[in-house]
Amino acid sequence: MKPFAYERPTTVEEAVALAADGGTYLAGGTNLVDHLRLGIREADRLVDLTRLPLDEITERADGGLVIGSGVRNSDLAAHPLVRTRFPFVTQALVAGASGQLRNMATTGGNLLQRTRCVYFQDPTTPCNKREPGSGCSAVEGFGRYNAILGASEDCVATHPSDLCVPLAALDTEVVVVGPSGERRIAFGDLHRLPGDRPDLDTTLDPGELVLAVEVPPLDFAVRSRYRKVRERASYAFALVSVAAALDVHDGTVRDVRLALGGVSHRPHRARIAEEALRGRPATPDQFRSAIEAELGAASPGEHNAFKVPLVRNTVVDVLTGLTEGSAA
Amino acid sequence: MAGHEVSVRLTVDGTARQVDLDPRVTVLDALRDELGVMSVKKGCDHGQCGACTVIVDGRRILSCLALAASYDGADVTTAAGLGTTDHLNPMQQAFADRDALQCGYCTPGQVCSAVAMLEEARAGMPSHVSPDVSDTTVDLTDAEVRERMSGNLCRCGAYVNIVRAIQDVAGQDVARAGGGAA
Amino acid sequence: MTTLEPRMLEPEAPAAADAAPTGHDRMRVDAPAKVTGTAPYAYEQPVEEPLHLFPIVATIALGRIAEIDDADARALPGVRLVLTHANAPRIRVRTDAALTILQSSEVHHRGEIIGAVVADSPRVAREAAALVRVTYDEQPAELGFSIDDPRATVPRRVNAFKHGSYERGDADAGLTRGTLVEADYSLPMEFHSPIEPHAVTAIWHDVSALRPRSTRLTMYDTNQGTGGHGALLAPVLGLLPTQIEVISPYVGGSFGTKGWPWPHLVLVAMAAKRLTGRPVKYAMTRQQMFRTVGHRPASKQRIRLSVEADGRLGAIDHQSWAPTSRLRSYVDQTVSATRMMYDVADLRTIHHAVVQDAAPGSFMRAPGEFSGMFALETALDEAAHAVGVDPVDLRVRNEPAQDPETGKPWSTRNLVACLREGADQFGWAERQPVGARRDGEWLVGLGVASATYPNMYFVPNRAGVRFTGGRYVVELQASDIGTGAWTVLPQIAAEALGVGVDLVDADIGHTGLPWAIPAGGSVGTFAWGDAVVAAARKFRRTHGEHPDEGDHVTATGRMPRGSRGYSRHAFGAHFAQARVSTVTGEVRVDRMLGAFAAGRIINPRTARSQLIGGMTMGLSAALHEEAHLDERFGHVVNGDLAGYHVAAHADVGDLEAITLEEHDPWFGATGAKGIGELGIVGAPAAIGNAIFNASGVRLRDLPFTPDRLFDAWGQPTASGTRATSP
Repeated sequence: MKPFAYERPTTVEEAVALAADGGTYLAGGTNLVDHLRLGIREADRLVDLTRLPLDEITERADGGLVIGSGVRNSDLAAHPLVRTRFPFVTQALVAGASGQLRNMATTGGNLLQRTRCVYFQDPTTPCNKREPGSGCSAVEGFGRYNAILGASEDCVATHPSDLCVPLAALDTEVVVVGPSGERRIAFGDLHRLPGDRPDLDTTLDPGELVLAVEVPPLDFAVRSRYRKVRERASYAFALVSVAAALDVHDGTVRDVRLALGGVSHRPHRARIAEEALRGRPATPDQFRSAIEAELGAASPGEHNAFKVPLVRNTVVDVLTGLTEGSAA
Repeated sequence: MAGHEVSVRLTVDGTARQVDLDPRVTVLDALRDELGVMSVKKGCDHGQCGACTVIVDGRRILSCLALAASYDGADVTTAAGLGTTDHLNPMQQAFADRDALQCGYCTPGQVCSAVAMLEEARAGMPSHVSPDVSDTTVDLTDAEVRERMSGNLCRCGAYVNIVRAIQDVAGQDVARAGGGAA
Repeated sequence: MTTLEPRMLEPEAPAAADAAPTGHDRMRVDAPAKVTGTAPYAYEQPVEEPLHLFPIVATIALGRIAEIDDADARALPGVRLVLTHANAPRIRVRTDAALTILQSSEVHHRGEIIGAVVADSPRVAREAAALVRVTYDEQPAELGFSIDDPRATVPRRVNAFKHGSYERGDADAGLTRGTLVEADYSLPMEFHSPIEPHAVTAIWHDVSALRPRSTRLTMYDTNQGTGGHGALLAPVLGLLPTQIEVISPYVGGSFGTKGWPWPHLVLVAMAAKRLTGRPVKYAMTRQQMFRTVGHRPASKQRIRLSVEADGRLGAIDHQSWAPTSRLRSYVDQTVSATRMMYDVADLRTIHHAVVQDAAPGSFMRAPGEFSGMFALETALDEAAHAVGVDPVDLRVRNEPAQDPETGKPWSTRNLVACLREGADQFGWAERQPVGARRDGEWLVGLGVASATYPNMYFVPNRAGVRFTGGRYVVELQASDIGTGAWTVLPQIAAEALGVGVDLVDADIGHTGLPWAIPAGGSVGTFAWGDAVVAAARKFRRTHGEHPDEGDHVTATGRMPRGSRGYSRHAFGAHFAQARVSTVTGEVRVDRMLGAFAAGRIINPRTARSQLIGGMTMGLSAALHEEAHLDERFGHVVNGDLAGYHVAAHADVGDLEAITLEEHDPWFGATGAKGIGELGIVGAPAAIGNAIFNASGVRLRDLPFTPDRLFDAWGQPTASGTRATSP
C-alpha cells in the first residue's frame, strides 16, 4: 500500500473540493481498504465521507424513500419502511457479506463496489479492468463466476452487489454531485457494460460523489423476493441471484419487476422477461418462457454454462412463489 | 503524495489511548502493532474470516478493514475487554463450558461477534434466514444463530459447540454482564 | 454406548476407570486465556523494537531471475535490508530443496520466495517489496496431469513410507467375477487454511564473534513441534540444533501446514542473521498461505471392483494419479487404505506421480486416507446399489478377520460395531429408496461411509516429570494445535502418578524440553502419553510418594513390546443426511453422525471436539473446498478465504460424534488411539452417498458445488466437465 494523505471533511462541498484535487472517496472501507492493501488500487489522498450528513433515510411524500449514501447496510436492512415496503431490498442486504461487514459498508459504497473476479484482484495476472490493454485472464481461466450476459472479449467480470439487484428492479435514481454540480442518474444508467473499456465500472465522472439513492414507490413491492445462490450457505458472493416483485390479479400478471445478479458486468434488469410477462397468465410455464427469452442472448463459456439453467430455475421458483403468496 | 501522521484517539477496553499513526494503519494494526493489544486477531486482513471482529460503539465490525483515522474517537471492545481469565463474561464462560474452541485463534472474534449479535437480534435486526423480514421480533433458532455468526470462520470445526454456547446465554443480557472493563 | 471388550491381552492393566483422571471430561485448561484473547500466539510474543519483513516472490513458474532492481526499495525511508540471492547467507547443507532459498537465480515455481525487505514497520516493508522490480528469463513450465498420464511414474515409496505399488492375488481375474463397478474420481488441490496464518519472529544473537558456537537463534514460531523444526532448520542455517531455541506455546490451527518448516522460516532467520540482535517479525498474508506452505495435492483416481450378488467383493483395482513438485517430491499414500480395509483376495493398488513445476505439496489432515477413502467408499456405495445390498450390510459382509495386507491380527478393529451402533443412533432404518424422499424443492437422502486411520507411531518419545511448589509438571516438546494437549497430558500424568489432575501442569511448546515428535499423524496423545506414563512411573520409583522440591526425572516411552505383531488402526463410520435443491443444485447437510472406535478416550470433551472438527472439515471439503491452479500461470488464483471457501457456521447443521468403548494396549500405555484425523476420513463419501440416495445423481468429483449438479442433470451446458485444477 502506498502512503496517502487523509482528510475528513464535514460538508459535501468540502469533500467534493478535496476529491477534485486528487482525492479518493472512502466510505465504509470494506472494498477500498481491501484493494489498497492488495495493491490493485492506489490513492494519494483519501477523503473520508463518514462524517458527512449522508446517513439519513427519509420518506418522500409519494411513499418513496431517499436513502443517504452513507447509510450502513445493516441500518438500511432494518429500517421499518424498507423491510415492509421493499422486503427484497432487506433480503438482498442480509444475503450479502456478514453481520460485521454490513455494519461497516455503506449504500453508496455498495453501488460502487468492484468485481470479485479473481484475476482483477491478483496484480500478477493480466486484467483489462485493472490494467487496460493487458488482456483478460478470466475468459479462458477460472470462469465459474464469469458473466453470461453483456460480456465482451475484453472482460467477463460480474458485478458483485446484492443490494444493486433489487435497486435495479425498482427504477431507482441515484443523486450525485461533482465539481460541475448535482445530477440524477437512472439506476440502469449508472453501471456500464464492459465493452472495450472494462476499466470503467460506472458512468460517474471523476470526482462525483453519490449523495443518495431515491427509490420511487411501488405498491406491489410489498410482495417481492430476493433469492441468492452461492457456494456456501452464507458469507459468499452470488453465483447468481434474482430480485423480483410481482403484481398478480385474477391469475394474470398485471406488473412485474425482475433483475438478475451474478450474470453481467452490471446488475441486470430483465426487461425482455418483464415485457413477456405483463398481461400473461401467472404460471410456471409463462415464467419459464419469459426468462428463456431474456436468456436468449446469453453467451456462457465452458465453466459458467450452468448459470443459464440456474437462472432460469431460480426465476421460475421466485415468481411462482410470489404468485402463490399473492393467492394466499 | 506522502502521508502525514494523524492523531487518533481510541478507547480500548475501557482505557483511553492516543497514538499518532500513518493513515494506512487499520484499527487492527493500531491495536496489535502500535498499542500491543493482542486480544484481537489477524486471520486474513481482507474481511474474509472474522478473526479481527471487535465491538465499536456497540456494533461488531471487522477491524482489518477499518482505517484507524476513520475511527478516531471510537470506543473499541475486544475479547479482553469483555472479561478476564479470572472473571469471564458469560459468553466466554459458555464457550469454555461447551468447548466451543480448539486452537483458539478465531475465538476472540467469535466471542465479540456473538455478544454483539445477540444485541442485534434483540433489536429486531432481520437475517437471511428470517421467515419474514418485516417481523421485528427474532426467534433465535439454531439456524438464526448459524446465519448471524457466519462471518466468523472456524477452521478447527467448533461450530456446533459455538452454537450451543451462544444458545446457553441467548436469554441473558450478556453485553452488560460479567467482568472486565465496562 | 456399546461396550466392547478389547480382544487382546493387555501388557499392563489399565487404571480403574471410575476415580481415574482420564476418561472424564476436563475443561480445556487454556480456555480462559483463549476466550479472552490473551493466550500469546507467535506474532504476539513481546519483543523489543522489532523490525518487519515482507517477502518478494517469483511471478513466473519456471526460469531464471535476469535482474533485480531494488534501488527504489532501498531508497524508501525505514528500509533496513533488501535480501536477495545476491547477498543472502550461503546455505552449505542442502537437506531440503524447498528450504534452500536465495542461493541462485533459478525459479522453480510461481510464488517461490526470491527475496525480502526488512523495514521499521510492516507497511514500509510491504510497500518497499512492491517497489522491487524483478525481470526474468522465463521457460515453459510443465503443469497439469491426468489419469493414465504418459509422464507418470510409480514411486517406490510414498508418504508415511507406504509402498508405491502393492498387489495380491490376481486382480484382473477377480474383476471378472460378479458385477463390475468402474469409475473415476477426483479431488482438487486443498489448503490447510488455519485461521492463524504462519508467523515468526527471529532473533539472531551473536554472543561473541570469536566463538561461533556461542551464536543463538530464537524463533517465536507457530508449529506442530518445536524440536522437529529446530532439528530440520539447524543444518540449513549452519547451526547445531542446540543453538536454536523454538518457542510455540499456542498454535492457531495447523492441519499439517505447520508440521514441517517452510522456506519463510529460513528467510526470516537469514534476515535476522544480517540484522543481528534485532527481532525480525513476519506475519504471512492470507494470500501467501496459498503459495509456499504446502497443500493437499490434487488427486485423480480410478477404481474397478467386482461385487457378488450377496455384496461380497471379488476384486479391487484402485489406482491414483497425483502431481508432485519437481523441487521437492511429495506423494500422498492415497490407495494405501484400500489394501487393509476390506476382505478382498484379489487386489491391485498403485500410486502414480506426475512431476510439475509447481510449489511442493505436503501432508494435510489424513493425507492419503482422506483422498483414497473418498473414492473407495463412494465406489462401495455404487457396488451396494448395483447389487441391491444395503451399504451398511455390504461393508459388514466384507469385514476381514485379520489385516489382508500383512496377515497380522488386528490390535482392535471395531468397524462393524461403529457401523451398527451408528446406524441405530442415526436412524439408518428410515433410509428410503433413491429419489423417494422430497421436502418441497429439496430431495433428501442418507449416506454412509467408513473411516480409518493407521497408527503412525514410529519414533520413541521422551518426557520429564518435575515436582515444584507442591505441584507436578510434565515436560516434553509436545504441541497443542487445538487438540487439547495442554489439558490431556496432565490427565495422563496424574493418573500414572496417582494424584488429582489439578496438581499437574504441563510445560510444552518450546525446545529445551525432552524430545517428542511433532503433533502429527494423530499420534500425540498416545505416543506422548506413553512417555508421560513412563516418566511418571519412573518418578514414583525414584522419588516415592513424597518427593522433595525440584525432584525430576526423564524417561523414554516406547511402543509396547510385541506391538509390531499387530495391525493397528482406528476405525469409524459416518452417517450423513443431505438435501439437494432441485431448483439451484445447492447441497446442504442437515445432520451427520460419526461413530468411532478409537481406543481409550482420555478426555471425552476434547476428543469429541476433534472428531466433530474432522467431520466439519470433511463436510467443508465435500461442499466447498477447491483451489484452482491456473496452468497458464502456475499458481492458485482463488487463493484467499473469499475465493477458497471453507465451511461457515451456516453450512454446518446438527453434527454429533460418539465413541465406542475400546482399549487398545498395542498403541501404548494409555490404551488410546489417534483421533485427530479419523473424523475427516470418509466424511465426504458419506455426504456424496447421501446425495445419491436423495437425487440419484452420483458425484465423483469434489466438491459438490451447484455446477456439478447441473452438469449431472444434463442441462445444456457448454461442456460436460469443468476444468479442475491439478
